[in-house]
Amino acid sequence: MANVWIIYKRELSAYFGTPIAYVFLAIFVFLSGIFAFYIGNFFEREQADLQAFFQFHPWLYLFLIPALSMRLWAEERRAGTIELLFTLPVTMTEVVLGKFLAAWKFTAIALSLTFPFWITVNYLGDPDNGVILAGYLGSLLMAGAFLAIGSCISALTRNQVIAFVVSGVVCLGFVLSGFPLVLDFVGAVAPPIVVDTVRSFSFLTHFQAISKGVLDAGDVIYFVSLIVFWLFVNAVVIEWRKAG
Amino acid sequence: MIEIRNLTKRFGSLTAVDDVSFDVGRGEVLGFLGPNGAGKSTTMKMVTGFLAPDGGTIRIGGLDVASDPVEVKRWIGYLPEGAPLYGEMTVRAFLRFIAEIRGLRGAEARRRIDSAIEQVSLGTVLEMPIDTLSKGFKRRVGLAQAILHDPHILILDEPTDGLDPNQKHEVRTLIRGMSAEKVIVLSTHILEEVDAVCTRATIIANGRIVSDGTPEELLRRSRMHNALRLGLVVGDAGSAGVVETLKAVPGVALVEVDAQSGNALEVMLFPAGGVPLAGPAGEAARANGWEVTELHVERGRLDDVFRAITVGEGGASHG
Repeated sequence: MANVWIIYKRELSAYFGTPIAYVFLAIFVFLSGIFAFYIGNFFEREQADLQAFFQFHPWLYLFLIPALSMRLWAEERRAGTIELLFTLPVTMTEVVLGKFLAAWKFTAIALSLTFPFWITVNYLGDPDNGVILAGYLGSLLMAGAFLAIGSCISALTRNQVIAFVVSGVVCLGFVLSGFPLVLDFVGAVAPPIVVDTVRSFSFLTHFQAISKGVLDAGDVIYFVSLIVFWLFVNAVVIEWRKAG
Repeated sequence: MIEIRNLTKRFGSLTAVDDVSFDVGRGEVLGFLGPNGAGKSTTMKMVTGFLAPDGGTIRIGGLDVASDPVEVKRWIGYLPEGAPLYGEMTVRAFLRFIAEIRGLRGAEARRRIDSAIEQVSLGTVLEMPIDTLSKGFKRRVGLAQAILHDPHILILDEPTDGLDPNQKHEVRTLIRGMSAEKVIVLSTHILEEVDAVCTRATIIANGRIVSDGTPEELLRRSRMHNALRLGLVVGDAGSAGVVETLKAVPGVALVEVDAQSGNALEVMLFPAGGVPLAGPAGEAARANGWEVTELHVERGRLDDVFRAITVGEGGASHG
């Protein structure tokens, strides 16, 4: 497992080796501010919490996470370094995990840079910091699920743009399956059990509970198993199409 | 050290490697030759454990690549085709990463990195991002990562591709220097390279081994092998007379006139059954009063042999 750490370190430093990292971090913080203040009415709500901030994270991740995950494998394929990597004495699990953890850590860094919101809300009022912590944890878990999907799809192509677009669409499916509009539509044509199944696959459903401070085991298990599943498929995809 | 049995790999309907078997032992430098798309790189990708074969076995130092991939990869240093590298890393950071993942730590890692840097002369570019380096330097970084852990087995896919003549010479010297205690397999398009560094030349075409022997044996198959190039200044005798006279020399099977200007003549004598021709032909020239301006025994031309073997094969498979 020492190899996971070595690959993780290399991958993380690769993010910071290009200007993309700083652009990403700046945009992430900037957009989460825009969403929270202008669309979420952070001040007008006059509530000492970060609901206005967290509720837009699924939408923010929808296009920012695919931008982060698109190069994970597509770039290895394009540059041919995938051959270098898999002729080193490492296992598939170590590489997939190392790369995923590096991307996840990067998201964690981006998320932690939003600390001014936390400071603001603590300065203006007396929020429940436990709820806020749960919100951050839930957001990070959800980001992990987005990333695992993005990583898997990035493994299918050597073209980063394709990886970006397809990941965005798949993630959109996971977000929208909890949207009232979609659920109403499904409810009109299918029995309630189908509606519940569709809703249970949604990021929104699980994230909303966590962001309200309810760190339910079921929601955590949902995101963790989603991550494990997509990373497993990721490994299968690479094994299957290594040479492509 | 490397035992390959009935190795087969298919890509869709194309059989890239078709029932290939060969062994390579310590101290051998095996040159893998063949036209583009012959299956050289695919074979190397399977030996290094990157691609899984569709049939056959590869054993390295007694271990099966399919069942012990990680252990086998520890033994091998590999330069993939085109020397892919992480371009955003500096040379030093990249070599550190390789050392770490090869399990080298602390002073040992530093010693091995320094030694690899010295062997391929990378000292001047250590702090530069790999993306900014010239093709020659990139290739050398690729070589450095392959030899970093002092592997028992070196697999080099076109190690001198894109290098200038001086750099080619350096890399060949490096390979020769390591050849005694290692098993080296390299692929190349450059036939002189086989002659310069390989102890054995294996020609592969359409996924099959079509020739396997020492470079010397390969040269012997050339029609130019032991042929004699003669430059002569003849008196009044016309070229036809000269050819007739030379044909009469014992051991000469065929005489070809390559060039003629005035009284100067360049002819090629082909031997019958490997008889040395330089002595008798020189004597014949002296006896006729011709001035000899050039006398050169050809060793044979690998290009000719290579084309004869691979084009013949290709024609057969297309027909």
